[in-house]
Amino acid sequence: MVEKEKKGKIPRQPMPEQNPKARARNFDEVPLGYSEEVAMLEATRCLQCKNPTCMAGCPVDIDIPAFIARIKEGEFASAIAKIKEKNVLPAVCGRVCPQEMQCEKTCVLAKKGEPVAIGRLERFSADWERAQGKVSTPKKEPSTGKRVAVVGSGPSGLTVAGDLILKGHDVTVFEAFQVPGGVLVYGIPEFRLPKAIVAAEVDYMKKLGVKFECDKVVGATVSVDELFEEGFDAVYIGVGAGLPIFMHIPGENLIGVYSANEYLTRSNLMKAYLFPEFDTPIIRGKDVVVFGAGNVAMDAARTAVRLGADRVRIIYRRSREEMPARIEEIHHAEQEDVEFILLAAPLNFIGDENGRLTGVRCQRMELGEPDESGRRRPVPVEGSEFEVACDTAVIAIGAGPNPLLTSATRDIRLSKRGYIIVDPETGKTIKKGVWAGGDIVTGQATVILAMGAGRKVANSIHKYLTLGW
Amino acid sequence: MFQIVYREEMAEGTVVLNEVMAPGIAAKAKPGQFVMIRANEEGERIPLTMAETNQEKGTITIIYQIVGKSTALFKTLKEGDSYLDIIGPLGRPTRIEKTGRVTCVGGGTGVAVIYPITKGYKEAGNEVTAIIGARTKDLLILEDKMRAASDNLRVCTDDGSYGHHGFVTDVLKEILEGEGTDLVVAIGPVAMMKFTCELTKQYKVKTVVSLNPIMVDGTGMCGCCRVTVGGRTRFACVDGPEFDGHEVDFNELTHRLQAYVNDERVSYKSFLKGSKC
Ligand SMILES: Cc1cc2nc3c(=O)[nH]c(=O)nc-3n(C[C@H](O)[C@H](O)[C@H](O)COP(=O)(O)OP(=O)(O)OC[C@H]3O[C@@H](n4cnc5c(N)ncnc54)[C@H](O)[C@@H]3O)c2cc1C
Ligand code: SF4
Ligand code: FES
Repeated sequence: MVEKEKKGKIPRQPMPEQNPKARARNFDEVPLGYSEEVAMLEATRCLQCKNPTCMAGCPVDIDIPAFIARIKEGEFASAIAKIKEKNVLPAVCGRVCPQEMQCEKTCVLAKKGEPVAIGRLERFSADWERAQGKVSTPKKEPSTGKRVAVVGSGPSGLTVAGDLILKGHDVTVFEAFQVPGGVLVYGIPEFRLPKAIVAAEVDYMKKLGVKFECDKVVGATVSVDELFEEGFDAVYIGVGAGLPIFMHIPGENLIGVYSANEYLTRSNLMKAYLFPEFDTPIIRGKDVVVFGAGNVAMDAARTAVRLGADRVRIIYRRSREEMPARIEEIHHAEQEDVEFILLAAPLNFIGDENGRLTGVRCQRMELGEPDESGRRRPVPVEGSEFEVACDTAVIAIGAGPNPLLTSATRDIRLSKRGYIIVDPETGKTIKKGVWAGGDIVTGQATVILAMGAGRKVANSIHKYLTLGW
Repeated sequence: MFQIVYREEMAEGTVVLNEVMAPGIAAKAKPGQFVMIRANEEGERIPLTMAETNQEKGTITIIYQIVGKSTALFKTLKEGDSYLDIIGPLGRPTRIEKTGRVTCVGGGTGVAVIYPITKGYKEAGNEVTAIIGARTKDLLILEDKMRAASDNLRVCTDDGSYGHHGFVTDVLKEILEGEGTDLVVAIGPVAMMKFTCELTKQYKVKTVVSLNPIMVDGTGMCGCCRVTVGGRTRFACVDGPEFDGHEVDFNELTHRLQAYVNDERVSYKSFLKGSKC
């Protein structure tokens, strides 16, 4: 039946999703994934271009038409094998990559408004493999006897570890938290990226032979120099951008005002959404406001919905066009009745005599001249102050570099804002044997860019271990 | 896993001491630093300052008061049992210098925190007076250790059952009026630190306090532990836990410590119910 239809006539297959009313009360994953039939149907939409423009948009060079062709033939095992040649975390990327800005943006069919659903097909392939229960492990090269320490277990660290273990090196990952995964476990919520998937990816790494040492804060428990003394030959720093940025306005320390990092860490990593079954509490606000409009803000707002809020409002100082979150996330938030107060910025928080948050005073903004980011700069409108009642506020306006490790490590160079400066081609720092990549170099970016950086570094470390600095 | 090698109950079972195997942390820890600790998969991460470390044995000693679900759960752990996670050493160590006359004031379980600091100041060649207090005699902890760690120990109880009848601040005032002191270090309940600082401010004596806000990670990534010091927001876990007491906004800290009182009650109640049946 599928074969008879003319190519290009089949519409882009929609993603089945949990209905908004039901999902607003649970933490289960929202998109349900393609069935085999739908995946194969979607795969037939691919034109198998001679010059696949989609690949130009992929930061890790996945052979997109090749894996899609295999799905079309129903050869799912070989499809996932193709993806894994270039991407060690396909189940994650298929869920959280901004494909609309990457491969799906450059797909030739995007011109007609309906690019091939590459991300959904990637996710399908990875989920199919996991469901089979037997995950294939590629062949490892013989042991080189060289030891690599990877600091931080986010997507960049996992990529470095996964690549280097296959090249025969002995890899140990040091993680400050009790579980590996970085932002994938402490930041991105369960309903967008189930933690079981991250755990499966980590287990896969363990199966390959990667060792994980959790509860180890490098810079506190052990220093980078001590890692070398312990016999590591190379060190990769992938500690992310884990410093919360506050707004520095009056009342910010009232009870009920959270950084997005704290709010999401309590809920995701510490499982406060399961309190009191889990011990870590979180304020289940009735009236929640979230500042910022990136993915982090959407995650915080949608978490608040699920924690039982009556009303959740996102306050953003620019307009809808400038919102940095993925379109899909904004759309999901709206479906879950999250409201948007655009062109407004907070002036100060208001609290009661017990130091608890009761509201926030804001000011209207209008867009002026473009700033250095190219986006029009918001300027305050005189006399436009207004108050928003709230019992919980989450500040999701960005993150910076945590100085814990960088300030304790001599001989690495930092930018004015505290990020690590590296050689853009190799990821080398100026300290011999030390590389860095991911958010601690670029500032908060994306999972796939962190993985791309990890890939580049892994190649450079391999060269160093086999040929020299 | 971090095994408990020695366990002792103090203050009529309201306070528990655990000596725990944690060689990596023991090798590095300095007075004033803390660890984040978690008993099991469902558990909270709790900050506790180390009272002692033993590099040869590879152990750290923590002393905690039973105040809620998490510490009640810790209390159920026996010698040979283990904590699931211990992360550290965290926070800045105490800046121990030769200053001259130092007075170390400890209240409640704060005595456990001030003990290694007291020892450190004495070892650095200072003349150290220690003042420790508790509500009543039976709740007093570490008296012998504090006596050994200082040149002169003064004990107070609120009810007069032992030592001076009254608060640690009474004795401190005597000292400030009398022989004087160059530095005060005060660690204990927020109210005690606050009153101590109000007193020493009048005498213009520099006072260091160790703050105990609620924490999540303890590594500077969440901002849960923020405190206002000198009008600026600081993260106690990485910028502290010790700060100039005269600059600390104690009222804000008192409020923030109450953030989850209701949840804590729910959690503790369900724990007590669960452990009974
Ligand atoms: C809430 C949220 C939602 C996001 N949503 C998306 C999305 O939908 N799509 C997308 O592409 N990107 C998203 N991002 C961004 C993306 O997650 C990051 O760009 C990416 O995770 C960066 O990877 P990394 O490996 O550099 O660092 P991280 O993932 O931050 O991992 C760093 C790890 O290092 C550990 N660490 C830190 N310091 C130390 C130390 N001293 N010693 C040992 N370990 C240490 C940390 O605990 C952490 O586990 C989101 C980010 C957040 C916060
Ligand atoms: S550009 Fe689009 S249609 Fe062409 S190969 Fe890539 S996914 Fe298929
Ligand atoms: S406890 Fe999270 S920043 Fe201090």
